[in-house]
Amino acid sequence: MKLPPFDYACPATLPDAVQLLASRDGDAKAIAGGQSLMPMLAFRLAQPSLLVDLRKLAELRGIRISEQGVALGAMVRWRDIEDDARLERAHPLLKAAVAHVAHYQIRNRGTVGGSLAHADPAAELPGIAITCDAEIAVVGKSGARVIQAADFFQGALTTALAPDEIIVEVRLPPWPVGRRWGFEEFARRRGDFAMAAAAVFYDPDAGAKARNAHVGVIGVGDRPLRLGAVEELINGRPVDDATIAQAEAAASAAVDPQDDIHASAAYRRALTGTMVERALRRAAA
Amino acid sequence: MSVQFRVNGKEVEVEVEPRLTLADCLRHQLRLTGTHVGCEHGVCGACTVIVDGAAVRSCLILAVQAEGAEIVTVEGLSDDAELTPLQKSFRKHHALQCGFCTPGMITTAHALLSEEPDCDAARVREVLSGNLCRCTGYIPIVEAVLDARAAYRDKERASDRAGGGRS
Amino acid sequence: MRTVNSLVGSPVERVEDLRFLRGRGQYVDDVARPDMLHAAILRSSVAHGHIRAIDVAAARRLPGVHSVITAREIGERVPRVPMRLQPLPDFEPFGQPVIAETKVRYVGEALAVVLADTAGIAEDALGLIEVDIEPLPAVPDRHASAQGASLLFEEQGSNLAIKFHAVRGDAAAAFKDAPYVRRERFRTQRHMALPMEPRGLLAEWDAARGRLTISGGAKVLFFNRRTLAKQMDLPESAIEIVENDVGGGFGARGEFYPEDFLIPFAARHAGRPVKWTEDRREHLMCMNHAREAECDVEIACARDGTILGLRGHAYVDVGAYMRTNGAVGARNVAQFMSGPYRIPNIDIDVALLLTNKTPVGTYRGPGRFETDFFRERFFDMVAQDLGLDRVEFRRRNLVSHAEMPYAIATITPYESKDELDSGDYHATLARCLDEIGWSAKSKLAGKLIDGRYHGLGVGCFIEGGAAGPKESARIALEPDGSYSVYVGSSAIGQGLETAFAQIAADALEVAIDRIRGVFHGTTSYVSDGYGAYHSRSVVMGGSAILDAAEKLRAALRAAAADRLGCAASEIEIVEGVKAVGPRGKSIALAGLAREAIAAEGAFLNKKHTYTYGAHAAHVAVDPKLGHVELIDYVVIEDCGRIINPRTVHGQAVGSVVQGLGGAMMEHLVYDQDGQLLTGSLADYLIPTASDFPNIRAIVLENYPSPINPLGAKGAGEGGIIAAGGVMANAVADALRTFGAQPRELPLTPTRVWELAQAGPHKA
Repeated sequence: MKLPPFDYACPATLPDAVQLLASRDGDAKAIAGGQSLMPMLAFRLAQPSLLVDLRKLAELRGIRISEQGVALGAMVRWRDIEDDARLERAHPLLKAAVAHVAHYQIRNRGTVGGSLAHADPAAELPGIAITCDAEIAVVGKSGARVIQAADFFQGALTTALAPDEIIVEVRLPPWPVGRRWGFEEFARRRGDFAMAAAAVFYDPDAGAKARNAHVGVIGVGDRPLRLGAVEELINGRPVDDATIAQAEAAASAAVDPQDDIHASAAYRRALTGTMVERALRRAAA
Repeated sequence: MSVQFRVNGKEVEVEVEPRLTLADCLRHQLRLTGTHVGCEHGVCGACTVIVDGAAVRSCLILAVQAEGAEIVTVEGLSDDAELTPLQKSFRKHHALQCGFCTPGMITTAHALLSEEPDCDAARVREVLSGNLCRCTGYIPIVEAVLDARAAYRDKERASDRAGGGRS
Repeated sequence: MRTVNSLVGSPVERVEDLRFLRGRGQYVDDVARPDMLHAAILRSSVAHGHIRAIDVAAARRLPGVHSVITAREIGERVPRVPMRLQPLPDFEPFGQPVIAETKVRYVGEALAVVLADTAGIAEDALGLIEVDIEPLPAVPDRHASAQGASLLFEEQGSNLAIKFHAVRGDAAAAFKDAPYVRRERFRTQRHMALPMEPRGLLAEWDAARGRLTISGGAKVLFFNRRTLAKQMDLPESAIEIVENDVGGGFGARGEFYPEDFLIPFAARHAGRPVKWTEDRREHLMCMNHAREAECDVEIACARDGTILGLRGHAYVDVGAYMRTNGAVGARNVAQFMSGPYRIPNIDIDVALLLTNKTPVGTYRGPGRFETDFFRERFFDMVAQDLGLDRVEFRRRNLVSHAEMPYAIATITPYESKDELDSGDYHATLARCLDEIGWSAKSKLAGKLIDGRYHGLGVGCFIEGGAAGPKESARIALEPDGSYSVYVGSSAIGQGLETAFAQIAADALEVAIDRIRGVFHGTTSYVSDGYGAYHSRSVVMGGSAILDAAEKLRAALRAAAADRLGCAASEIEIVEGVKAVGPRGKSIALAGLAREAIAAEGAFLNKKHTYTYGAHAAHVAVDPKLGHVELIDYVVIEDCGRIINPRTVHGQAVGSVVQGLGGAMMEHLVYDQDGQLLTGSLADYLIPTASDFPNIRAIVLENYPSPINPLGAKGAGEGGIIAAGGVMANAVADALRTFGAQPRELPLTPTRVWELAQAGPHKA
């Protein structure tokens, strides 16, 4: 499984990188950590004529935490998120989700931008982006733009990113004090892609009723999903056993998974409910 | 393309095709065949090497991406004279049979213990879950890594005393 | 054994480890030659079809490509992969051509070999070969195979390769008036050995001398040399097959595969060394698959649980061809359905059915893993029916020590009578229950604790070993007084060098460091060799070493007598370093001769050893996730005389985890068109370090085998054999309120979740 032949460039500036990506009529590809792209190349599922290495681009680095929320540079590695103690407070849901990403060696190299661009429907970060209404800042030949997470993921391994565009950062809205949250994932083995996972949060009001509920799931569709019906059900109610049981049923009803080699559709549908149920229990605990 | 990096403390310069993985470069151009290739798609962990202090899968890195890096392979961990405490522990606990996954296990465990000499069994298992072994059932490997922690703690203390310490 | 016997039985640290731990092992892909070509193989993406054309012109034109080989270049008749075991004429029509000629019969079958300057260019060229295949309806499973609407070998008129028949006593009579009869179907899934090192070969043709040297051999070097010599029309003496360090065997590595012809042929064709390294995708679709078996069996019992008879049918999906050891698993399904139990009347046939899938071969515990699942699962159901405790049911039917040797079912054709050699099967079961705390834990069974149901499972096994006919060894006293040991056995990662050094040192009465080395793994060290399969190496090779040591000592006495001027019978060899004659005259063995003094020994054997034991598991099942956590697992294994307790224990634990992979996750999934859907390690799941942390193995040596001078039995397979049945029994026990009865492996989350969907059972 040797990689197909390609040219390689390692530009020093973002404009140069964009220029290079635009130079091959859509046949060039950016490589960040390479942890998703390299296997695709090994199986020759991707055969670009040029790889543009993003590792020298300073604009793509760093985790910034401010009143505007958390901005993760595209070249931030899973490892960097794991090691950043500030995120315990600034975005605990992100931190919990990233703990499930792949294995030790992959986490030392895999990046935020790479995961978003690869858009695996069972990957954690796209799920967090969808759940949290993230914005994805990109730069391309025709300039910079911001894409809403909801518009970014268009299908399995398919995004709104144009061939000449590079993800600069993903911005997660601020995380208020007192927010309740839970993340629950089930994979066949540790580090495998999720069979299903759920990310939930809500902001309890003075009467301990939920408002601003967000419920996202991964692994059960062709892209990460927001479960609006479940959010509506939770909003305005206390998150108690009765609400959670209804949310579980609503979550199962809201998804339409397919049979695959790892699980039946019926199982995944039920599992979606279980993940939402357990994530809500964590949130309410 | 020409690429320069350091391997096991030695500066090297190699001429490579862009598509050559770091694993193949180490094995076939630099003849450091201790790094094994078991899947070429980033699952088995046999090709784990340490790049700039972090354990990574060398089948998922291009050799050209290693420009300027400091690389340590299994060959760089011990000299002719003696096994390292980690290697001795592997032998003592019978943590290897066919030996094919062993270099990846050793480099991964070395990186882990260098950073986290106090890690517990659950952490060791979690970290090693990225390295496949078909012979041992993993139990002796986990025991060997846990048993080797003391040596890394001692090393850390020694370097603290010397005014060193990790950045 | 001799009186000086300090090494056999002690946990000597392995000599192999010193090179492996430093990254200095030498596996075949580590070997390189300056002018070698790299081979890549074009494989069929169609499961079944007629080859209309293969156009390699564009591939040949690619810069860096040396040549492309198809069936046309091989010659008039493309050689077949032979049957190594059970070479019955019935199998001949179903032999695999080493490269597809007119038809393809599975996805992965070789169509063309590209030789190029780099492996990358060779793979690039594969994409330029145009293959025109007229697709035929695929035969995806044993039902379609039996139906025969589409035939793999049209001229044979059927997809049935053969039926084996296992018989003991008179099953029909036993069932006639039996007070209790139950019929069940069980199924095990296709999975595979998956050693961590993929296969590889480096072939070098020396045209001037007409000699061929092949690195990358394993397991059965001598058989493979005989095969290749015939296929390439060379004398055996012109071929040397070299075994490098081997990254795991488990039955699959080292068998003669199509590449074992294609790569040597390519080297002769090109006149340059040729290297081929299998990639993991090829490995998953080309290396032997195993374990896809189903049974439809009936059991007859007395009311007290005494088994009266077992009869029925089994079906094994053997894939597209019959090759090397492809019949062993199926044969064992029939012969070992009874396992360690006293079943007086047996009548079981097994059909070997061809399908458009990768051919099968042996995988650690062949046929035994499958039947242990069938039988132990069945026994739990039967015990429940009869209102008997499942442990008591087993006790009532296990073969007792007093009944040894105990004759098991005879299998035809290729008639094979066999008997269990020795042991106390009751004792290992009792020990196993004791170790896991069965009676205390029984209170937990079926209980829901923190959202999970707890359950226990138990099962018993036998493991055959010591396949004959022969093994050879040669020991040489070197001029410096050290000893070199040469064997015909093969090392596949099992610690053979250490175990053999222990045996040789004891036999020669010397310290282990006087053994200069244990040399194995080429066809040139001893005159004949048989290799590493059927847990035979220690028994066969070890016994051959004893014989060689005995003969060497006689030779040394003769040589010393010559020098001291006395009769050989007057010489005593002391501590392996000096020969002492009459009146205290002595001479050092070092320097006894200017040349090494050597003796060759052999061990011949027709009988099998039977290691045996029991497994027990404690699980907790999350019914909503379908997840099974293994809380505790105990394996007790009595494998006769233990050479090295450290390595035997290590193999027992490793074997269990491999078995748990087969029980819980591993599955080679095909679709109806014969496409393999699990072609990467992201889809074919094997256990990792975090899956099964709680396993305990206890290895005993209470009953040395009576049939070899070491008293050893085969070891290393016992851990895998019972794992499927035991885990399924534990899950059934945990989900007993749901009436769960697993009849199929693997116990994936989906399957376990489905078992818990029935809703609490109202019995």
